[in-house]
Amino acid sequence: MASIDFTWLIGGPQGSGVDSGANVFSKVCAEMGYQIFGKREFYSNIKGEHSYFAVRVSDEEIRSNVNDVTLMASFDAETIFRHFNEIPKGCGIIYDSDLDKTTTDEVHTLDNYFKERLHKELESKNKPFTIAGVLEIAKEKGVHLYPVSFRELLSTLAEKTENPKLKGMVRLFNVLAVSLSLGLIKMPLDPLLQSINSIFSKKPQIAEINKQAADFAYDYAKSKFGSFQYALTGNAKRPDTILVQGHFGTSIGKMVSGCRFQSYYPITPASDESVYLESHELLEIQNDRPGSTLVIQTEDEISAMGMMIGAALTGTRSSTSTSGPGFALMTEALGWAGINEVPIVITLYQRSGPSTGLPTRHGQDDLLFAVHAGHGDFPKIVYASGDIEESFYDTGRCFNYADVYQIPVIHMMDKFLSSSVVTCKKFDPQKISIDRGMLLDKVEGEYKRFAFTDDGISPRSRLGLDNGVFWNTGDESDEFGHITEDPQVRIKMMDKRMSRLDLITKKIPDDEQVVSFGIYDFTIISWGSTKGPILDAISMLKKEGINIGFIQIKLIHPFPSDYVKSILKDAKTIIDIEANHSGQLGKIFKQNISREIDYFVLKYTGRGMTSTEIYDSLKKIIENKANKREVLSHGA
Amino acid sequence: MALKLADYKTEVHNDWCPGCGDFGIVNALQMALAEMGIERDKATIFSGIGCSGKTSHFINTYGVHTLHGRVLTFAQGGKLANPEMTVVAVGGDGDGLGIGAGHFVAAGRRNIDMTYIIFDNGVYGLTKGQASPTLKLGEKTKSLPSPNTNYAVNPIGLAVASGFTFVARGYSYDVRHLKDLIIKAVRHKGLSFLDVLQPCPTYNDINTRDWYAGVDLAQESMERHSRIYKLEDSHFDPMVRYDDETEVNEKLSQALIKSLEWGSKIPIGVFYQNEIISQYSTRLTDKIPNYLENPPSKQKISENGLPTTDVSEILDSLRV
Repeated sequence: MASIDFTWLIGGPQGSGVDSGANVFSKVCAEMGYQIFGKREFYSNIKGEHSYFAVRVSDEEIRSNVNDVTLMASFDAETIFRHFNEIPKGCGIIYDSDLDKTTTDEVHTLDNYFKERLHKELESKNKPFTIAGVLEIAKEKGVHLYPVSFRELLSTLAEKTENPKLKGMVRLFNVLAVSLSLGLIKMPLDPLLQSINSIFSKKPQIAEINKQAADFAYDYAKSKFGSFQYALTGNAKRPDTILVQGHFGTSIGKMVSGCRFQSYYPITPASDESVYLESHELLEIQNDRPGSTLVIQTEDEISAMGMMIGAALTGTRSSTSTSGPGFALMTEALGWAGINEVPIVITLYQRSGPSTGLPTRHGQDDLLFAVHAGHGDFPKIVYASGDIEESFYDTGRCFNYADVYQIPVIHMMDKFLSSSVVTCKKFDPQKISIDRGMLLDKVEGEYKRFAFTDDGISPRSRLGLDNGVFWNTGDESDEFGHITEDPQVRIKMMDKRMSRLDLITKKIPDDEQVVSFGIYDFTIISWGSTKGPILDAISMLKKEGINIGFIQIKLIHPFPSDYVKSILKDAKTIIDIEANHSGQLGKIFKQNISREIDYFVLKYTGRGMTSTEIYDSLKKIIENKANKREVLSHGA
Repeated sequence: MALKLADYKTEVHNDWCPGCGDFGIVNALQMALAEMGIERDKATIFSGIGCSGKTSHFINTYGVHTLHGRVLTFAQGGKLANPEMTVVAVGGDGDGLGIGAGHFVAAGRRNIDMTYIIFDNGVYGLTKGQASPTLKLGEKTKSLPSPNTNYAVNPIGLAVASGFTFVARGYSYDVRHLKDLIIKAVRHKGLSFLDVLQPCPTYNDINTRDWYAGVDLAQESMERHSRIYKLEDSHFDPMVRYDDETEVNEKLSQALIKSLEWGSKIPIGVFYQNEIISQYSTRLTDKIPNYLENPPSKQKISENGLPTTDVSEILDSLRV
């Protein structure tokens, strides 16, 4: 067991600074040498609805959240109503004592479905429908309560600093909550103040006020709060550690891979990546003049796709970033890129569907859609990353696959990844290679863009290249790219394009296709962001002497059937874990290697899986107490 | 060696109907390219879907035959990534003003330096003559089961309202005039739009070549005269001369009013031109100073298979 495994949760209305509070907390813990896994949950709303951030802190590597919260910092009533049950015995809640009498009906953002469940619980325990009521339940369970009046804190601070404006500054509640927490767990004060400095580096006056509030609340917690059994006093720093947000892997990956054109239409949770790329559009290039990423916000996703293809035809590494609804609009042009053998990368940050679905929540619902996207038969690659660090290197791979095989690549990401904040090993750009395949720098003699070749891949000219004139069309075409309906040419062209699928599974190294974390009697198959919670659950079981195997399938289309079949030959029971309703990878698995999935562990609440949940269901499976289909539901 | 008109023609068999107005447009385009002496490998013709979509295959430059309604998106992407290239996008009126109308408006707002030519014949030819967005309300071309129930879109008016900075109309049977218009459009600094009236001899039996020539008017008045007349012959000044709101508004309004003229007299020529509004590339160089010298397609991204982009500053800022 890790000696430190601590989860801190902060909640509040959207727009009240929950995110920046969590960022400060994460930064402080990371600066003190701890490993961090944080995740943000929020409604499709600008201001007012409940959002929360759970940050898990450990001295060992962690890749997921757990169910239990060690310390909750709340400055509004809703956070307490929604999360009080997540805090177990011996753990703590810091809360605003002014809220004691607040009733559930006074919190307008508490929906009736939730209220009904909560009222039932309160009634059964004979408690009033108030904050005091739920906190009594917590207290009876053995949870430590740390009440403090946030308004009084501000009043005292206003008097102390002779700055009456501070009195009503509710914007400081988040900093107070963070600082009270850090004081309680005995974290040193300095990194907190530094972190505030760096966040408000452009607004020194605001930084000053925040620092005063932080200092004051920190001391208050140290002197006034009772004891707490958990302390985070610092850990040996690991070298080359970075603290990253979910979209940093693909965005910095795109810069390094030489992506110089990104067109996009705003959509959650994908647009953060494009905005980040644009805010870093000027690039430093070794031994050369500055470069740049041209980021274009288009009128819709259809245009984003068309522009990306147009740019890719000039030989520019080009991409877009979108989510399910946007990708749905892109599929016609995806087929165009397919028949014209255009290398493009679509970074698909999935969220919960169908339709608008749960627009700000997690889901791995679009795997089958990505594999089958577009009408007609054409080759494409669907490649899935399991965590943020991996997504950096995978971005490099995706651009190489696109260039080498001259096909569209769909890089599967999701909301679980995009809204995580984690520590990981510093990205190493030198581990990314750049292979542009058969892209030409010059053309001599007669040129045929779609010339028949032994391996089905033709030398590729680009718009504007001397002597490289070619034609493209969405119709079937001849070697020059001119329209043809000749049945014999049709056969040759279809075979040329489709032969690439075999080439891909043959040429891409096995360990880029599938990552095996060991094969045992019980072996998990999964893809994408479930990797983290699965690995954490497996190590929990390992500590109990139970070995569970796991293969992470990264290349999902074309499916590496032979390889998967061979590595799973000694596995007796196959468990498919995915964040969707139908077990989409399981379907692909069965279709390709004619083997049944024995158990499905699925989650489609829109909230990411915790390692606790996976651990629990694996236990049930091993003990032969599980249903064939285990459905997970943790999380507010 | 100077390029000749023949150099811009491909050997691809042209399967347009005999008498199709599209021939005039493709001829004018080839003549314009030859007259401007644009190298074959320095120009790309992007096209949409339908009869007009085949245009790119008949012209011996780079040719990209795209998707229905989406030609402007592909063309803008290509031009943005390689701004040295001459880009002409072509497509039908259904393509550009029906399914692609959103892209038409958005392109106007950007004002990227390229040309868009709409082959305007009032019908969807390749799907057997349904009403297109420019067919007038109540008209019944021969394959419509009943008269058209939609009001017609005004291409010139829409272009002017959307921000196109060069807006003109040509007629496919006046090839020389059309060629001159194409040259003006390509040379214009910004996004130029050409609405080309183009009779569909197979499906549009109303706006025929004879109709444009005024044959029916001749029967009424005993005096034959073409409906088509040239704006430049009527002392119409389309050019925004100085950067002043009144001047711009006046030129915009007169273009819009002129665009409403239809019936016995139909103007062709330049309706509106404004080179004062910044091109998109200027807006880009404001934030990426070397965008034009080192555009996306020209950037060096690797050396010996390794990336040359230096992200150490970003990575250092993330270090804990």
